[in-house]
Order: sequence, then C-alpha cells, then structure tokens
Amino acid sequence: MIFGISRELIVHLVIIVVVFFALQITAAVLVYMERKVAGLIQERYGPYLVGPKGLMQPLADILKLIMKEELRPKGADVILFYAAPVLSATAAFAAFAVIPFGADTTFFGFLDHPIHLAAADVNVGLLVIFAISSMGVYGVVLAGWASNSKYSLLGGLRSSAQMISYELAYGLSFAAVIMLAGSLSLRGIVDQQSGYWFGFIPHWYLFLQPIGFLIFLTAGVAETNRAPFDFPEAEQELVAGYHTEYSSMSFALFFLAEYVNMATVSAVATDLFLGGWHGPFPLPDGFEWIWFLVKVFAILFFYIWMRWTLPRYRYDQLMEFGWKWLLPAAVVNLLVTAGVVIYMGW
Amino acid sequence: MDAITFWILAAILVVSSVLVVGQRNPMYSVFLLIVSFAALAGLYIQLDASFAAMIQIIVYVGAIMVLFLFVVMLLNVPTDDAGGEPRRMFGAGPRRIGAVLSAVFAIELALALVRVVSTPLPSSDRGAPVATVYDIGVKLFRDYAFAFEATSVLILVAMVGAIVLARKEAR
Repeated sequence: MIFGISRELIVHLVIIVVVFFALQITAAVLVYMERKVAGLIQERYGPYLVGPKGLMQPLADILKLIMKEELRPKGADVILFYAAPVLSATAAFAAFAVIPFGADTTFFGFLDHPIHLAAADVNVGLLVIFAISSMGVYGVVLAGWASNSKYSLLGGLRSSAQMISYELAYGLSFAAVIMLAGSLSLRGIVDQQSGYWFGFIPHWYLFLQPIGFLIFLTAGVAETNRAPFDFPEAEQELVAGYHTEYSSMSFALFFLAEYVNMATVSAVATDLFLGGWHGPFPLPDGFEWIWFLVKVFAILFFYIWMRWTLPRYRYDQLMEFGWKWLLPAAVVNLLVTAGVVIYMGW
Repeated sequence: MDAITFWILAAILVVSSVLVVGQRNPMYSVFLLIVSFAALAGLYIQLDASFAAMIQIIVYVGAIMVLFLFVVMLLNVPTDDAGGEPRRMFGAGPRRIGAVLSAVFAIELALALVRVVSTPLPSSDRGAPVATVYDIGVKLFRDYAFAFEATSVLILVAMVGAIVLARKEAR
C-alpha cells in the first residue's frame, strides 16, 4: 500500500498511461521511419536537417501543425466536422487497449502476484478489436460528409466501401486462428503459441496459417487505407481525400489515427500469428515485451516498404480483388482449418 | 459503482433514442442511433454478456448503420433545416386521430410503469454461470440449428426480393 492505494492499482494506472504515450511516440517514430525509408528506397537522404540525423523532424512537424490556423469550410456541419477527427483518434487508441504485449510479470518483485501486461485484459479481446476497428470508419465518413466538399465526400465514400469490403476477409482470417487456439482472448491465443517444434521452430500460427497471415496483412493494409490501397486519399484524383478540408490539429488527429491504426494492426498480427512475446529464443523474465516490440516494428517496416514499392491499384481492381479473390481465399482457408481441427483433433 | 454506470448508460440510451426521432437532419438521426446502440452494448456488458455486447457493436454499429449512412448520404434526403414553415405531413383530421391515439398510449404507458414499480425486481444473482461463446454456439448450431438456418434463408429471400423490386428493367 502506498498512500492507501494498492500497488496493483498503481501498476494498472501506470500501464494505461504508458500504453497511451507509447502509442503517440510510436506514431512519431513511424513518421520519421516512413520518411527515412522512403529516402532509402528512392536513393535520397530523407530528413537530415532538424536535429542529429533529422531525428527531431517529427517534433518539428507537430510544432508546425500546432502553429497553423484552424480552418473550417463555409457550409460545413460544425458539430460533425469537429467530431470526426476526435472519433477517428479515439477509435484508434481504444482498440490498442485490449492488446496484451508481454508475459505476466511482478515487475521484479514490486507486486506479490504477477499481473497481465495489457491496458485491459478482456475475454473477448479479439471481438473488441474487430468492433472498434469497424467503428473507425465513421470518423472517415463523417469527415467526408461534414466538410461540404466534393473531394472529401468522394474520399469518405470510397474509404467506407473499401473498409466494409475488406473487413469480411479480415474477420475470417481472425476466425481461423480462433478455431486453432480455441479462445477469443488474445492472451489465450498467444499462450497457445509458446514452445517449439523439433526444439527450434517456434510454435507460431504463422506456420500453421500462412495463407491466413497473408490475408490478414493484405486486409490490414486496406483497413488502414495505406498504399497500395490508399484510394480514400488518392492525391492525383481527390487532392487529399476525406481530410482535404482539415488543417492544424484536426488534421493532426487524422494523421495520428492512421499511424496508431497501423501500430494496432501490426500488434494484432504479432499476437495472432507471430507468437506475441514468444521469440526464437527466450529472454530473461520481465523483458519478453522486447520480442513483441521487435516483431511489431518488423511488420511496420514491411508496411512502409510496401507503400514505397507498389503503385496504387485502380478502384475497380481493388473491389474485384477484395470480393473475388481475398474473400473466397479466406473462406476456403477457414473451411480447411475447420476440417483439420475437427477431423485431426487439433 | 454498477448503479452509477447503469444510470449513466440508461440516460444516454433514452435521451439519444428520443433525439433520434426529433432531428431534422437525417445524418444526426443516424449518429444518435449509433450512440444509443453503443450505450445498449454497455448495458449488455453490465449484464456479463460481453459477447452479445460485442456482436451488437459489430453487427449494428459496424455494419447496419453504415448502410443507413450510405442510404442517407447517397439519397441526399432534403433536410428541414432550410427554414420557412415546417412541413405538415398530415391534414387536420389525421392529426386529431393521432392526438387521441397518443393520449391513449400515454395512459397505457403510465399504467404499465405503475405496475412495474410495484412489483419487486427479481434478486440479481451474480453467481449464475455466464453464457460463454461456447454455450451460445452449441445452442445456436445444435439445439436451434433448424431455426437458425431457416432465418438465414428468410433473410436471403428478403434480400433477393429487395433487389428484384429495386432493379430497373435494363433491356
């Protein structure tokens, strides 16, 4: 007991605060990473003026955004116009709350009983993530509609059509893992992936569900509206898509939401397919989360790599790919998994 | 703590549901309906039915309301915001009948409320087994498999019917 508050409660509050700020820092790191990787791929330097190696660039970006004037187009719907970025950012942060990121720990003896490393440990964690990510679309649609601008509206409509189309494949790739693990809890799924085959191949679902993993990654890119599926903000056609009319901090919130969503998708992929905090070799107690961090950033690097490598699809190609290829592949993957689970008794 | 959460959620639910009907702009109605669904999901969680709560959000907020939103946005329903006289949908006669009917409904509601207050609520037993996803799955796909499948066929028929009705003759 410290000042009459139990140590458990203090630790829980600290975890919540740490997760919240870690996400914001991740977003800042991602902005820097995106620019540097883009520079690498395009054979140029990327940011290098602000701070050593350009490390202060994200800070400069944020300062610039804060200094800018907040503009609102004539005829925009005042309430919904300002509610949209808030909704986007809130949904992005809320989804991360249920993601476990480390093994149970006592914080080197600070607590009597080990606790779970997650902002909130929920039994139906996967469903929570799915539910919140399906709410994320409202921020985008609202922004598009409330801006009273044709580019915003078209961007918002495209984005919602895309997110709805890819959500099905996204959910079905979850379902296959749920069947293998027999649990809806992310912690339960990660625990199922501990151990090794033949003593050296980690027991990850990536090796049992390679197709599911590919479907998840592809649908995840579409869900976060990243290239090559970045139609909602296709610059050549729509100026900037749904956030065309936003400036200053309300634009920053959309920006933040996009990067936090990327982090969430990568973290879910890590927990579902890459064994969460179980690595190829064990780390000392209390440091397992390093594996988690390494894997999340590996996937994030992959996302950025893809953005600067692949050109944008055409809109009809996107819909055709989503409905005619990705969804059937996800259904077949689910059926085969179900058959194996039932008849081979996994 | 539980009681406070319940009253907050219930207040949000009731107020937003009433406001849904009162809006002149259909976009606001859609969003208020979403708020009320979210509050309902919160009440489900209080009843230890977290699975039902999540399904409520995924199905209603995530899927059905998006369709509502599309319809409202694409049909571009004229809003009453433009000013001038509010539109009168019915003539004087139907409005009188409506007044009588709503008075009868109000009395009925009042009577029902009195009865609800006078009967004591069944004691909540928190120790009761929680319905897990497994239980729901077994009930749905084993005990009520026929009803479940029949419902899905019914929904399919309704969908095909809507497409047939809405389709314009192309040839």
